[in-house]
This record gives sequence, structure tokens and C-alpha cells, in this order.
Amino acid sequence: MTDAVVTLSTLHVGKGRNSLATTLEQRSGSGCTKSSCGAAAGPGDLPPEVWEKIKDHPCYSEEAHHYFARMHVAVAPACNIQCNYCNRKYDCANESRPGVVSERLAPEDAVRKVLAVAAEVPELSVLGIAGPGDACYDWRRTKATFQEVSARLPDLKLCISTNGLALPDHVEELAAMNVDHVTITINMIDPEIGTKIYPWIFFQGRRHTGIEASRILHERQMQSLEMLAERNILVKVNSVLIPGINDQHLVEVNRAVKARGAFLHNIMPLISAPEHGTVFGLSGQRGPTAAELEAVQEACAGGANLMRHCRQCRADAIGLLGEDRGQEFMLDKLPEEAAVDDAARRRYRAWVDAERSDRRAAAEAAEADMADSVAVGAPRLLVAVCTKSGGRINQHFGHAKEFQVFEVDAAGVRFVGHRRADNYCLGGYGDEDRMAGVLEALAGIDTVLCAKIGSRPRQTLADAGIEAIDDHAYEYAETAVAAVYAARFGTVAAPALRA
Amino acid sequence: MAYKIVASQCTVCGACEFECPNSAITMKRDMYIINPDKCTECEGEFDAPQCAAVCPVPNTCVPA
Repeated sequence: MTDAVVTLSTLHVGKGRNSLATTLEQRSGSGCTKSSCGAAAGPGDLPPEVWEKIKDHPCYSEEAHHYFARMHVAVAPACNIQCNYCNRKYDCANESRPGVVSERLAPEDAVRKVLAVAAEVPELSVLGIAGPGDACYDWRRTKATFQEVSARLPDLKLCISTNGLALPDHVEELAAMNVDHVTITINMIDPEIGTKIYPWIFFQGRRHTGIEASRILHERQMQSLEMLAERNILVKVNSVLIPGINDQHLVEVNRAVKARGAFLHNIMPLISAPEHGTVFGLSGQRGPTAAELEAVQEACAGGANLMRHCRQCRADAIGLLGEDRGQEFMLDKLPEEAAVDDAARRRYRAWVDAERSDRRAAAEAAEADMADSVAVGAPRLLVAVCTKSGGRINQHFGHAKEFQVFEVDAAGVRFVGHRRADNYCLGGYGDEDRMAGVLEALAGIDTVLCAKIGSRPRQTLADAGIEAIDDHAYEYAETAVAAVYAARFGTVAAPALRA
Repeated sequence: MAYKIVASQCTVCGACEFECPNSAITMKRDMYIINPDKCTECEGEFDAPQCAAVCPVPNTCVPA
């Protein structure tokens, strides 16, 4: 992978280059190192001040997403740009995709909701304002919500998601409120490409269309990146991969945002269906296949670190990534005044600290054993793991709505992403159809690790060339993957694995 | 001389509410409405009515 690397120093670097990017480059060498997801690994790969910021943020740290929950409140529904993949009018409780919410909240309602969730969900670590609409455009509501929440629950991290058009006007206030995670959706750095994605923007009292709209948006987005980097605010860039429009272009986007100090790049597949009522949905523009997405991510190796554990959650999602408890916390179900009690969250965080160091030690020991027993050059395996939480193999195969995929070879075990097997609104299909969907999701996978599996699905998997293993139930994913690999390709039995 | 909002098309995003220079747009029950006594169609202040310019749905903020 390293042969395709373009290092930061070879790129044109504007004035936005900052100490953070420099430190990251020095620490992480030339991009993809041991773990393919840049923010995946533990504290060792990152400067301590960056690790401290991201370690409890499920969207920024792959490891944290096993333990910590986020919630989004939709307080800022108004938007200053129109994207061809967005239609805010459509809402279905079974649907999970960005820009979709079930209820809009006034800031005071949002605060009530955050307090209620914090009281019930000790895993909560992050409050995000992520639309629908733009958090920086609808700034008064965003600001009112953040100010009240940070006064009542100072331990929560605040983050926002924005298109960047209005961000330069509020960057000082963001910094003052300690919002230290900002996500900007950047789908292009070439305004010509932008014209196929953005029909119009609203800027300085006027609607702009065509190339002018995309040019203004692009300039403001780059300015936002630079202003945030100067203030050492961590920036994640989201890009929607739209086949035929920006698929070839996202490599350039990746390099450009890295040069301006972006910490993480999340390339997400376009979600597009006629029933969503979006321009792309109605025009038949398709989303990318899993293979196409992985190819683009692979092409970006060596640029900005890639986020691979994104679940494209709803704009009002609550819970661990991949889980949504939003329906439990609708306004009419909330108490008038929730008690503020951070004891449960403090206890939970102490437990996570212990569990994390245990998991890290176990994974390192298992990988070391595996390296001892497997010859260099042994074939690569792709292993899918069924897990509910905590990075352990703790889910029945039949209950798995998604699989965590690990790549393993003699060099070690690497998390490479998720495969979802619960395509939207699947309800109503029979088990046979569901199994077909699962098999499709598992294309290219060699082995499935789960807590338990029935004999019929085990046979179905075997017929498809996939081995199902439930001997490692409740172990850590990395440990089990390493053990399975050593058992299959090991020439020298390692003592710890034999036991 | 005033604008109105076509309720069947409105997504209730609220963008018009804070662009209106006359505070003519408010939420009534679950829908935004324009107070015709306050609406000036932005004449003398902007080239185009701000509600219509910012509205994400075409032909939703229209002359009454």
C-alpha cells in the first residue's frame, strides 16, 4: 500500500497548514500504517492531545464506537444550499439515513431531550447537531442549544455537521464554546463537478445557481477548513460518493482537505431511491456498490485518514453507532424535568478505560502469537464478526443486522469496515430472501465469527464457501480473528493459542 | 402586496422565518404563515423576496 503514497510535503500547502497536520504527519508517517482506519488504533498512533479529544467520540475513533453513544438533536432545520441527494420532507421511522428526522425541536425541547437521554444512557458522550438543515446557517438555534447543554452537562462533547457555507461567520463562537469536532460535507473541489450536485445556494441575501453557486461554496468550504485548522479544531470531512459524478474526483478531494488540516475523511455511499423524492432518486442516479466504495477508499490511501465505521445514521439518532433508540425519546415520552446525574456516566467511563486496556493487551498478545506461528506470505483472509457492542463476538448470527469486517494476514489484524445486511425497510420479506441479502453482504468473506449459529444457516454459508465459527463466543474480535487465522495457517503452534 | 406560503408544498424547514427582514413569517400550529400586513415583498431592501429566494421548494413562496 505504501507505494501509492503521496505525502503531505509533496502537496501544495496553503496558509491553512497548521501544527496539528504537521504533528499528525510526523507521528503517523505516511498515512495508512498498521490499522487501515487512521483513527482506528489506540493512543500510540496519535499525538496525546488529539487522542484525548477523540478517544470518547464514536464517530472519530473507531475504537470508541464500540463503547460510546452519540445523540443528534434536529434544532436547525433550515438550510442554505440544495443538494441533489437531499429531500428533508421524507420521513419513515424505519429508515436510517442522514437528513431524516421524526420531529423538529425547539432549543429548549432539545435540552430537555439531552438531559433525559443522559440520565438513561450512560454511554452518551457526544451531542451533535447534524441537520436536517445546516447547523451554522441556522446558527441562533444551534448556539442556544449548545450553550444550555454545556452549562448543564459540561462532560458532553459538542460537535456539528455543516456544509461550510456559513461557517466562517461563526468560527470564533464555535471555538469559544469548545466545539472541538466539526464535520464539513465536501463533495467536490472542482466547481464544474459541483454544478451536478448543487442546483443552488443562498448566500448574502441572494440565490446563486450554476457554476457561480459551486464556486462560492467551494471557496467558503476551503476557507472553513483553514480557519478551523488555525484554531486546532478537529475537522472531519464527509463526502458522498456519487458514481459517474465524483467517484474519480474524491481522491483529489481527499488530498486537498488533508493539505488544509482535515483530521479524517469519511467517504459515504450515495443513498438513492425514487421513493426518497430526491433529484438523484428520481433521475435514477444509483449509489455505489460496496466494491466501488472500497476501491475509492483504497485509491485515497496515503491521503487524509479514512473513516470506515460510519453507519450513515439518521439526523436524530440516539445510541451506539448502528443502533437507534430515537423512538424511545420522542418529546411526548420525556419527563418535564430530567434529573442531572453524571455518576452513572462516570462509572461507565471508568469501566471502559479498564476494558479498553484489557482489549488492547489481549489483541497485541494474540497478534504476537499469530506472527510467531504463521509464515510470512500466508494468504489474506476476510473475516466477518457479529457483535452488538464492546468489540466482542456477542451476537447470534441470525440477529446480526451488520457485520464488522477484519482483514488478517501474517502482518496482523486490521478492521476494514462494516457490511450492512438490513437494507432499508426490509420488513415483509421471508427468511429465504433475508438470507439471500445476508449472503450478498458477505460476498468475498471467508469466515464468519458469531456467538451462535443454527445448523441450517451454517450449511447455507458453507454452500457459499463461508465457514461459520462460534467457538470464540464472547472473546474480543481481534483476539478471535488472530486465533482463527493461526489455527488455519499456523505452521508452529503458538503456546498461548493452543491453550 | 404580499407573499404567501403554499402549505401543501412547505417542508417547514424554517429558512424563510429568519431571512424575512420584516419578521412577517411565524409558525402557527404546525405551519409557517406570512402576515400580509407586515410583508413588503422585500421591496427597497432586496432584489428578490427573501422567502422565495431561500425556499428549497420551487413555487412555494408566491405572490398572494
